[in-house]
Amino acid sequence: MTAVGDDGFLEFDRVQKSYDQQTLVVREFNLSVTRGEFVTLLGPSGSGKSTVLMMLAGFESLTSGDIRLQGRSIARMAPYKRDIGMVFQNYALFPHMTIAENLAYPLKIRKRPTAEIRSKVQEYLDLVELGAFGNRTPAQLSGGQRQRVALARALIFAPRLVLMDEPLGALDKKLREQMQLEITRLHKQLGFTVIYVTHDQTEALTMSNRIAVFNAGVVQQCDAPDVLYETPSNGFVADFIGENNFLPGELVGLTDDVAEVRISSGDVIRTRRADADRLGMRCQVSVRPEKLFLMPSDHAFDTKFTARFTNKLYVGDFIRYFFALPDGTELVVKVLNDLAAPDYSEGQEVTLVAATKDCSAFAPHRPVPE
Amino acid sequence: MKRDWPAYFTFWHKLGALSLSWFSFVVLFFLILPILIIVPLSFNVEPFFSFTEGMLRLDPAAYSLRWYREILANPNWILAIQNSFMIGIAATVIATVLGTLAAVGMTSRYMPFKNLIMAVMLAPMIVPLIIMAAGMFFFYTRYNIAGTYIGIIMAHAALGIPFVMISVMATLSGFDRALYHAGLSMGATPVRAFMDITVPLIRPGVISGALFAFVTSFDEVVIVIFLAGPGQRTIPRQMFAGLREQINPTILAVATLLIFVSVLFLISLELLRRRSERLRGITET
Repeated sequence: MTAVGDDGFLEFDRVQKSYDQQTLVVREFNLSVTRGEFVTLLGPSGSGKSTVLMMLAGFESLTSGDIRLQGRSIARMAPYKRDIGMVFQNYALFPHMTIAENLAYPLKIRKRPTAEIRSKVQEYLDLVELGAFGNRTPAQLSGGQRQRVALARALIFAPRLVLMDEPLGALDKKLREQMQLEITRLHKQLGFTVIYVTHDQTEALTMSNRIAVFNAGVVQQCDAPDVLYETPSNGFVADFIGENNFLPGELVGLTDDVAEVRISSGDVIRTRRADADRLGMRCQVSVRPEKLFLMPSDHAFDTKFTARFTNKLYVGDFIRYFFALPDGTELVVKVLNDLAAPDYSEGQEVTLVAATKDCSAFAPHRPVPE
Repeated sequence: MKRDWPAYFTFWHKLGALSLSWFSFVVLFFLILPILIIVPLSFNVEPFFSFTEGMLRLDPAAYSLRWYREILANPNWILAIQNSFMIGIAATVIATVLGTLAAVGMTSRYMPFKNLIMAVMLAPMIVPLIIMAAGMFFFYTRYNIAGTYIGIIMAHAALGIPFVMISVMATLSGFDRALYHAGLSMGATPVRAFMDITVPLIRPGVISGALFAFVTSFDEVVIVIFLAGPGQRTIPRQMFAGLREQINPTILAVATLLIFVSVLFLISLELLRRRSERLRGITET
């Protein structure tokens, strides 16, 4: 694959959407997608991610801005001319047609010869491991099987782009993990371009080349999963993706790439510089539970602070230690369950350490909607 | 009859429940009996509206198909039957097409003035028929279509449209629009997606609406009295005339045939309902 996001296969250019001419559901959406890329739009419900997908599919109009596919604007193109495959949330299989007829439908519309349709349908049924199910009706399949049919039906006419709108939302956890692998396998095998919408971050992290995190109609950050997780660009992303501790404090030092924050215990934590940018401002240090270590530690560290031990939870493969700062802030540390896992008495002062690159200083953010 | 009462039932509960079921039986009896009694009477060999002694003894000689032959022999009745079916079918086709399209439009979120338009469309169902009929008479006379087939077909189509609309709108409300969108995303034009996907799935609603529209036209007499010339007499109009002019059991024979047709319609409605329930099965699981 070429460098991510630079061939302009699909481009969103300052896209805005308002349903009532007053409030913007999508404020200003810019994104450039490379051919063959798997891009996920991730965000809480009501964040505008589904609206973006509907505009891309052509079922919603743009209030302003433009969407270009292969260099041509599709903002005013009818949905049926866009050549974009879609996997719907509830599969949207045609209940009055058999599985084979469902798969054949897009080919029949394209007036392909009958023999070609028959072999293509069989090929794609085999691809999703449903070779013997062509004569069943959708009602006779399980949820996971329907999902695979929906997937095959969106791929069979080799569309320029495949959209997936929370396709795994209706499946149970185990099936969902199976289907994640299945979609990833098909994506690698066939090389199609995917825009995927979900509110499930695990799904997003495991499947995507890039993730655009949505909140309140704005993309907060769009990066590869590891970048998003390791170096979130603001407090919302840090909070929304994965588990995080937030320690309130005051920004007391700032250089090109390091920020220093004094927290309520009086310690000064050295952090990666993020969106906190004014000396003296209130800010939050975010550090993930698995990046905090208990002294003594053989992990490399270059910043430390003390906190009071309150509780610990035995989870199995790891142990969760809970601590409190003098201002009441609670924080959690995840420790692998090995011989080194220490015991503390309640109220005991413990020194916690971390690497500067794993801590970030953020301006305060609004809480993530549940 | 052994009944399994709930344990907490007292004597009065039981008395109440029993009287309710008896009362229901009596109501049913008085509603159904006048209709059912027509059937044996239509086979009366005598020109009377009552059971003869022979009929009560089940003497085969007291029964005959005389009045059914009478229908076939009377050109007025033949014309009336032809007219009823011709007008009914033509009005049903028009009402079904227009009513279905109207229902689709009314369920679109881009439709302005929904309530107002809905009220206008449903008016033929609510406004007293005699007022509709009088209005149509004056209106159609101006354009010289009173006393023609076209006039009656148009009037009956207007009566049938609300039935089709209501029935199709009810079906559409359970129709998952994502299915239609899926068709579009695969390249089907809106018309193609509508014909291939929407129509087959709302077909039970369309057909039951069409049956209602047909029945409405089939037993409508007020508008026919106002608008029809002698050439457009329908079955109800002919029965009406028969009651006043020469009263004989031919009417009963016609009525029996109509009962038979209605029962057929009811059965097909029920079969359609079951079929649609089967098809819907997928969205619920």
